[in-house]
Amino acid sequence: MTNLNIPAADPSTALGRAIEFIWQEAALLDRKDYEAWGALWADDGHYIVPIDPDTTDFEATLNYAYDDARMRRLRIERFASGFSMSAADSATTVRTVSRFALANMDGDEVEVHSAQLLAAYKRGTTTLFAGNLTHRVRFTAEGPKLVQKVIRLVNSQDALNALGFLL
Amino acid sequence: MNAPLRFHPRTPDSSYADLVQDAVVDPALYTDPQIFDVEMDKIFTKTWVWVAHVSELPKPGDFRSTFVGRNPVIVVRDRQNNIHVLENRCRHRGATVCEKTKGNTTGFTCPYHSWSYGLDGKLRGLPYADGYEDVIEKSDLPLKALKVGVYAGMIFASYNEEIEPLEDFLGNAKHWIDLFMKQGAGFPIKTQGEHKFSFKGNWKIQLENTTDGYHFPVVHKTFLQSVDAETSEMLSFMTDEASITRSLGNGHSVMVMVPEHVDLDVDDGTEQLQERFAHVIEALSKDYPPEQVRRIVRSLHGAGFNLNLFPNVAMSMSFFRVLRPVAVDETEIRHVALGMDGGPEIANRERMRIHEHFQGPFGFGSPDDAEAWERVQAGARAGRDVPILVNRGLNREWQDQNGDKVSHSTDETGMREAYAMWKRMMSK
Repeated sequence: MTNLNIPAADPSTALGRAIEFIWQEAALLDRKDYEAWGALWADDGHYIVPIDPDTTDFEATLNYAYDDARMRRLRIERFASGFSMSAADSATTVRTVSRFALANMDGDEVEVHSAQLLAAYKRGTTTLFAGNLTHRVRFTAEGPKLVQKVIRLVNSQDALNALGFLL
Repeated sequence: MNAPLRFHPRTPDSSYADLVQDAVVDPALYTDPQIFDVEMDKIFTKTWVWVAHVSELPKPGDFRSTFVGRNPVIVVRDRQNNIHVLENRCRHRGATVCEKTKGNTTGFTCPYHSWSYGLDGKLRGLPYADGYEDVIEKSDLPLKALKVGVYAGMIFASYNEEIEPLEDFLGNAKHWIDLFMKQGAGFPIKTQGEHKFSFKGNWKIQLENTTDGYHFPVVHKTFLQSVDAETSEMLSFMTDEASITRSLGNGHSVMVMVPEHVDLDVDDGTEQLQERFAHVIEALSKDYPPEQVRRIVRSLHGAGFNLNLFPNVAMSMSFFRVLRPVAVDETEIRHVALGMDGGPEIANRERMRIHEHFQGPFGFGSPDDAEAWERVQAGARAGRDVPILVNRGLNREWQDQNGDKVSHSTDETGMREAYAMWKRMMSK
């Protein structure tokens, strides 16, 4: 019989450890602690916000973001520099990540699917960003590392407001 | 026939022209909803408005839905390869007949009472037709069609039956459109995806921006820091006297940012290809001769200029920037990425990565632009007694033999051209 009362982040399971890691990532992003967020990544990792809801070949498609290690570093520098007026005055965000499912497990890597609701508040306006997340997490001797994060916004093909923060 | 099929909509009055005087603009142009309504009537339904690029509709039945001003329209290619721009509005009760952004179809059917239309807009069928015997003729009720003009693959539409030919309207801009298309490096230009975002501001704030070189190093400081020194050098037009802005008539203007990339077919061989494209050069060199490799790599950033076509499309570096006025204080922008149709995949992918770097809601450029524009919109509400200035460079503007006004790329010659056209159209 399926036990429906398993704690969401049971550290004795790979899924549980991945969920803890994903929550930690969410907290860093809401705090805009981008330096610490950058340290979560494996060198070969990709941060991806696709436009096309169906694409899996992100390299061959135009995305909102397709960041390898170099682009992530540049993005973090941009956010930290104080010279980007959209980042310096970016929205305050609160996000919840939930509805976790272990999609794949391959050696030291797990792929976890989840749902994210993010409320962004700026100058009297609160905007909701809803999306499905895919995290690929690699468990290494130095702890878990992010290998891929894909954020599929429900309205990715619509016009978005310019963002000064990370999803 | 009994029922009137035509009626006369209201006529806007014509008292708005005084709000633009030479090089100063009344801030009400950004904030007054009534002015916005009149602009939609006097500008967006009277002139040529860009609606699509031919590469978006390669096959019969291909369509994309878009807007002319606030009016929803469908751009569609029929079986005879003719391009139609049709109002997305059933002739019966006004429902949209297409809710998809793009696709391929055999026709359009209204979901409300199943009136169906062909790719050319003709009314093909309506159910239970006996109620319409002696009431209407089907041939009287096609989807309303706009005039269509195509130049260099750019599809424009107009509600104005009396409008001048598209080529006359484009005038001196045609030369620059031709130059822009040379970024295909011998291949036709194709669209390869787009970023869409909206900002809380008036459409003219974005119209002004395309040929505003003055803002670039200020607003885009973090972008310039994030590109390598070679790209940064390429964009060092602030102090380059060869970097100019030029009025082109009918509200159009061009700003040259990289003078050596104005005509990408001209290559004296002295330009060092950028080190960051070494992997592209290596891959292309297996399939292409060295001259063609140079041509493709020199074109990766697009043309060396921004061309602004009044009122709604810019051809900027390596993309189309299309604006859609939504409300007096809301504008939607599409950044359409361009590539080489049939060109090498690795180069087209590199162009997408360059596009992602700067454009769209997550880019290193667009969010900062949008922040500046929203600040303009917010500040413009401070009052009408302090005008918006578009007078930079009046002291050094000169007139070319062809009538174009020319000044430095950081000067506001392009905005003055756009507002002169605005004034002319709003005076009619």
